[in-house]
Amino acid sequence: MSQFKEHAADERSLASHPGAAPVLDGALRREIEAYLSRYPTKRAALLPALHLVQERLRQVSPAAVREIACLLDLSPAQVQDTLGFYGFFKQHERLGRFCLRVCRSLSCAARGGEDLLEYLCRKLDIRPGQTTADGLFTLEFAECLGACDMAPAILVNDTLHGNMTKEKIDDLLKSLAAEKDAAGT
Amino acid sequence: MPYEPVLLANISKKESYTLRVYEAGGGYRGLRRVLKELSPRDVVEMITASGLRGRGGAAFPTGVKWSFLPKDHPGPIYFCVNADESEPGTFVNRIQMEFDPHQVLEGAIISCYATRASKAFIYIRYEYPLCYRRMQAAVNECYAAGYLGKNILGSNFSLDVYLYRGAGVYICGEETGLIESIEGRRAWPRIKPPFPAVEGLFRKPTIVNNVETLACVKQIVDRGVAWFRSLGVPPEPNNPRDPGSFGPKLFGLSGHVNRPGCYEAPLGITVRRLVEHYGGGVWQGRKAKAAVVGGLSTGVISEAEFDTPLDFSAPQRVGCLGLGTGCVVVLDETFPMIDFLYNSCRFFAHESCGQCTPCREGTRWALRILERIKAGRGRLCDLDLLMEIGLTIGITPGTTICGLADGAAWPIQTTIRKFRGELEEYIKKTNPHGYRETKPLPAMTGD
Repeated sequence: MSQFKEHAADERSLASHPGAAPVLDGALRREIEAYLSRYPTKRAALLPALHLVQERLRQVSPAAVREIACLLDLSPAQVQDTLGFYGFFKQHERLGRFCLRVCRSLSCAARGGEDLLEYLCRKLDIRPGQTTADGLFTLEFAECLGACDMAPAILVNDTLHGNMTKEKIDDLLKSLAAEKDAAGT
Repeated sequence: MPYEPVLLANISKKESYTLRVYEAGGGYRGLRRVLKELSPRDVVEMITASGLRGRGGAAFPTGVKWSFLPKDHPGPIYFCVNADESEPGTFVNRIQMEFDPHQVLEGAIISCYATRASKAFIYIRYEYPLCYRRMQAAVNECYAAGYLGKNILGSNFSLDVYLYRGAGVYICGEETGLIESIEGRRAWPRIKPPFPAVEGLFRKPTIVNNVETLACVKQIVDRGVAWFRSLGVPPEPNNPRDPGSFGPKLFGLSGHVNRPGCYEAPLGITVRRLVEHYGGGVWQGRKAKAAVVGGLSTGVISEAEFDTPLDFSAPQRVGCLGLGTGCVVVLDETFPMIDFLYNSCRFFAHESCGQCTPCREGTRWALRILERIKAGRGRLCDLDLLMEIGLTIGITPGTTICGLADGAAWPIQTTIRKFRGELEEYIKKTNPHGYRETKPLPAMTGD
């Protein structure tokens, strides 16, 4: 039922809001437009655009979908089609400040990767796909991070951490929290 | 005489990823020579003569693939570097791009010259952020040094290279899936023919090659065809369709070994030697039980089959799909094969793109059957049911567009064939009262 409600909300937000302020600012739009010269079609700039938007805004909201569609001469449905397929983009909630992707594929699983995922679930009190209430950590499982030589591995935002143990995870979470405090946000 | 690494020769150097270090080691001399002395056709002939086969998993002869491009096409012709390495157990492209991006790039520039491509896209999976940064830095250095851009090194060959970032989807590594992804669509593989060499990216002729293949191209240009053919395994004399397995190969070794890592050896090294000599044996003093030979898709071999040579044809003789990516995952004697099977089926159920019904449904049902077995409600006939799925999904039985389903099927088939006893034991132990509850369904006959 809640899913149904969510979809209904989507429909409303996909309709146009003439007075609303745009989600994508001028700088972001120019960055997306800079990709257009690389490809003979505008649609080819879609994945780079989705990456840019998620990187800046930590999510690709339905309003952002509509604006990207406008920018690339697509329908919102076409943007939604691609976005939904990749499953990597967050639509209804913002990605946490730190996204922890824990590998659960064979090489990591053989060396305890799934235990680490469970450990993180308990420690952060969330399930894969969810974000902590303070917006600091998003937990995701990953299929093969390509770090089998240092299994089990976790990708934290853009940094790969290999040969992980529960103790190392404790240290990692502490240092990430400290990093956030140091940044003063 | 011990084998001296060639593809990995650079990576132990300090700042191996910079142009300065790469050039000091003789980098881009091959490109200079090619642009000055060879025509594109000469390069294609050289690569064809070397017998180089694609390192990404399908092992298709690279020169032959290039020769499928239409002659005298007005252009543009596109070139894609497949750096969407997502096969479980596989990580050698990551090592190459992180530590020797210029070797990959030089191979790509030479290949673009050979195929007359004017634009190249390097499709890097999202999970490799360091590769992305290192490759982008390498591309920037190349533009500054005149190895990329207009009239490269004073020739009339011009090339632009762009990086393209994936978004966490396995199927983007399938070459037509990769093309669809660059076009901004869901990465649904296309029906072939037409092959990408005829009609690919933006409906123009397109070549898609793997990262390691391009590094081999660069080495063949530098060292010659005779060097390349002196390594590896010659074709079987009794099999006219076997083009042989020539050249060096990067083998990724992971799982329950003492020294996991990326190792270079000529094709044809046995699994046992790779594990013992390079990997330092099985960890914690245990024995091996099984190994994946070339990425999860290729299936498993038992310890008794560890003397299988890792070349393009030998793994098929022990029931595997092929050499795949050449990345071996070793499982020790304590690792339950039911967990292996569950892990494999979960991966493919998650990664099936949903385009073809047999794959979309088959991978999910296989997962649900395994979930039931693991929940203690397994039946012996479930193994037959899994086998039936394993035998009916994929290109080989002719029910899907791409090979993902074959990749899902082979771990199922090989595990049940080689470890049926252990799996039955597990079902009997976890479901002592119900394991014989139902009879197997009548097998589908196909008529």
